[in-house]
Amino acid sequence: MEPQAKIETKDLNLFYGTFHALTDVNIRIPARAVTAIIGPSGCGKSTLLRCFNRMNDLVEHTQVTGRIAIDDQNILEPQTDLIALRRKVGMVFQRPNVFSLSIYNNLKFGLRIHGMLSRRNEIRQSVRTGLEQVGLWDDLKDKLSANAHTLTLEQQQRLCIARVLILRPDIILLDEPCSALDPIATLRVEELLRVLCKDYTLVIVTHNMQQAARVSDFTGFMYLGRLVEFADTQKIFTNPAEQLTEDYIRGSFG
Amino acid sequence: MPREGFYRRIKELEHETLEMSEMVCDAIGRSVEALKNLDAEAARQVVANDAQVDKKRWQLEDRCVDLIATQQPVASDLREIIATLSIVRDLERIGDYAEGIGKIVLMHGHEPLVRPLTYLPVMAEKAVGMLRRSLEAFVQRDAKAARLICDEDDDVDRLYDQAYHDLIGHMIKDPSVITRATYLIWAAHNIERIADRATNIAESVVYLVTGTPTELNVSKY
Repeated sequence: MEPQAKIETKDLNLFYGTFHALTDVNIRIPARAVTAIIGPSGCGKSTLLRCFNRMNDLVEHTQVTGRIAIDDQNILEPQTDLIALRRKVGMVFQRPNVFSLSIYNNLKFGLRIHGMLSRRNEIRQSVRTGLEQVGLWDDLKDKLSANAHTLTLEQQQRLCIARVLILRPDIILLDEPCSALDPIATLRVEELLRVLCKDYTLVIVTHNMQQAARVSDFTGFMYLGRLVEFADTQKIFTNPAEQLTEDYIRGSFG
Repeated sequence: MPREGFYRRIKELEHETLEMSEMVCDAIGRSVEALKNLDAEAARQVVANDAQVDKKRWQLEDRCVDLIATQQPVASDLREIIATLSIVRDLERIGDYAEGIGKIVLMHGHEPLVRPLTYLPVMAEKAVGMLRRSLEAFVQRDAKAARLICDEDDDVDRLYDQAYHDLIGHMIKDPSVITRATYLIWAAHNIERIADRATNIAESVVYLVTGTPTELNVSKY
């Protein structure tokens, strides 16, 4: 039996105005694993990622048809609580987008906007757990009041991941999360993703095919708005079924 | 084609793998010829030349490692390099079998052969044919041809059986030939192993083309 899908789309189509950005995408993203979405620029991989927490709603003239089920719940239904959805499906962006606040308040901020503010010692405990999960606690525990912008880019990106984790999400979407980081920081963040996938479902969009190969359990290849192939990462990188996938990952087009 | 340089290097690797296979085919032919004529000088040459084959093996392996480390090959490119690594190791070992026959000639010395060679040259010809066709299948990416090569291994096994029983018969009749007959059994065994290695190469070709590691023929020996 196939592993249970955390996210499943059915005939998903998305238009930005008249531009048909996603065409008949059917994808099953397994729970508690890392799924990478790869493909050339403009293939729709970020658009697909943004569907999973309905971030595309923020883009004008966007029209979505089909079905996107998270835990069998269609999130495209009008009554979907978007705030709750975005808590459950967190997102990490290309450049770390920390707020110009203290490290502590960066983490507290999310709790506050999601109405999860509780007693001060509970907040402190959440902050500590969040920082521990991303491997920052030991380094930062004595300077939680420092401005988050004083951190290195890697630390900032880890802080952004902690800010997502503190809200106790199920799914974490990562859009090129390492493209602003140097190679060593990149490898360390990848290690973190491997640890996190034991408890969370991770979906990462990346231009870096070697990163997809290193970090993911499953890989989807997209081209011109379509999902060309989805399979185990090892299969994709050693013996893909589709010629188009083969040509892309070998670098023989593009 | 964005990766022209990379593909040129892959082609060169393939070309040199073919060169290496010609080196070992030549060694097999010379070693059997040396045995047939008990030509010590030719045998010494075969033994000495094996160093060239070994050198080639390390060179080609080094190139494969270099391509993996620096070019991050994937999919059929990766399989080609993995297949090549495996093929050059098989070729190197085939070279050792030919060298082994050279050493057998030197051990045999000047006493005449127990009997004129009949099975051995036929076995060698078949083994070399298998080897050449396996490399051809490699170049042509022809999994079907590669699978057919593996069937031929049974013929070589059968000939080895016949040679073995024939030589044992000689030993029973005349125990004074035991040492010399044993040398010939060793030589026949080496050729039988060469054919097995040719089937390994054919298996590498099937892997390269299909992506699935496959055991094609379990040798009798």
